[in-house]
Amino acid sequence: MTGVPRRWRLRLYALECWYELVKQLRMPMFVVFALGFPVMFYIFFGVLFGRGSAPGGGSLGTYYIATYGAFSVISSALFGFGGSVATERGQGWMLLKRASPMPPEAYFIAKLAVSLLFALTIVVLLTICGMAFVGVRVSLPIWSRLAATLVAGAVPFCALGLAIGYWAGPNSAVGVVNLINLPMAIVSGLWMPIEMLPAFARGVAPLLPPYHYSQLALATLGAGRSGSPLGHALVLVGFSGLCLTLAYAGYLRDEGKTYG
Amino acid sequence: MTEPVAELRGATRRYDRVVALDRVDLALAAGQVTALLGPNGAGKTTAVRLVLGLTRPSEGSARLFGRDPRDLAVRQRVGIMLQVSKVPETLKVSEHLRLFSSYYPSPLPAAEVVALTGLTGVEDRQFGKLSGGQKQRLLFALALCGNPDLLVLDEPTIGLDVESRRAFWQEVRNLVTRGRSLLLTTHYIEEADALADRIVVLQGGRIIADGTPAEIKTGGAGRQIRCVTRLTDDELAAMPGVRVVRHDKNRTLLVVTAAERVVQELLTRDPSLSNLDVADATLEDAFLALTAAAPAAPASAMPSSEARTTCPERGSR
Repeated sequence: MTGVPRRWRLRLYALECWYELVKQLRMPMFVVFALGFPVMFYIFFGVLFGRGSAPGGGSLGTYYIATYGAFSVISSALFGFGGSVATERGQGWMLLKRASPMPPEAYFIAKLAVSLLFALTIVVLLTICGMAFVGVRVSLPIWSRLAATLVAGAVPFCALGLAIGYWAGPNSAVGVVNLINLPMAIVSGLWMPIEMLPAFARGVAPLLPPYHYSQLALATLGAGRSGSPLGHALVLVGFSGLCLTLAYAGYLRDEGKTYG
Repeated sequence: MTEPVAELRGATRRYDRVVALDRVDLALAAGQVTALLGPNGAGKTTAVRLVLGLTRPSEGSARLFGRDPRDLAVRQRVGIMLQVSKVPETLKVSEHLRLFSSYYPSPLPAAEVVALTGLTGVEDRQFGKLSGGQKQRLLFALALCGNPDLLVLDEPTIGLDVESRRAFWQEVRNLVTRGRSLLLTTHYIEEADALADRIVVLQGGRIIADGTPAEIKTGGAGRQIRCVTRLTDDELAAMPGVRVVRHDKNRTLLVVTAAERVVQELLTRDPSLSNLDVADATLEDAFLALTAAAPAAPASAMPSSEARTTCPERGSR
């Protein structure tokens, strides 16, 4: 690993990231799901309810940027990261990459970088829509904190995507993501404020990572529910660790397999 | 003596209870084309995986250029083509090449790779829109783009038609004259014969023969007798010196160790025998004889579908 010229390595990482981005942008379905749907949902709910006041103060329009933002970032991380890992693993592409002189971390760094870029794009798009259609006004320092939280929150869900990618087959990974994504989002209060959900959901939500993610995002707006941001952050860190461990176990399992 | 390009020493690989590779010793000399030949499940792919550091040996060791195959500096000297069904479909040929070239310190110019692998004219096409043969060419181009000292090709022509296969062989031959070493696995005997300086026959995870194509031909079998006879396969297989009995369109083919003795016995036992013809065994005959001698040779692994092997009860040593 040492002795490799630094500039050569930087160029390699840059190309890996760039082509990961190009690759995903050329898949129309992914772009529609990752960027189109969140904007549509946000506009729909935002225009209907956005001028009302949110639980804990502030407008619902701003509140929804945090929660729909969280939902979209999770979806794009699970589909973009998890889905592509599962597919590329199934097709043998990952094996070829592993046998190549590519530094192994480059593959994952590229996918993570693209997921973070998508997360930032989502936050920016939702904010623009909020300002244009829902009358959202938010100060730059607060917005920056919200955006940073939403973008950083992509990491635990990339880790979850990675674990799913390693354990679900290439054909079932997307199904698994669909199965857990939406129910988890709704119960965690990403579709409507958790205060409006039945008592059952409010009881279950603290067990789900998206709840802690959205509460962290809401806290930057001063709209969070109970619980300290540090507590939410620790839950997400622990969750990331668990997922990465699972993914590593899946990687080791792959190594012991026969393939074709 | 120069250091071997790649080396397996006492390499065993078990998957659960299956032994895919059983104490294999193999050293590849620089500048040579080595073919690992064997039916499906013989352990060829496992051997390649060990050499490339994709799988650790359960026992023994694997070395590339004298070092751990997982070392990136070693991998920069190796180009690989695995049995990959697809690479990301939305990237173009030129983009795939540019990315893969970036993994190597002194890659070949992209234009040269494109020309060498016959991809001229489709550089701007996305992988998903290429034909089957073009996809295979791109995978070959990815193996080549880093200007490697060693090329490792795992079943490179699987799924190609005869014409594309021959064109591919020509390309490989052109490349090897530039002093590269090549390790390829194949279950096409013709392919091993056309390309290899050295053939290593694997069966059931073990090396059952190792030599030049000529050595394999004579060592494995000897001669081939063709004739029209009314003797049954079982009678023929029971004759001393007969190793394989099979049929082509009209005639019976015998792979034998001592042709004269067998011919004599054939004529004694079947006076009506006709169309007799004795020739050197082909590599395919040798391969059949070798794998028939080892237990459970799957005849289905042979490319010519009409070939039928009968395990000789005697004469198989």
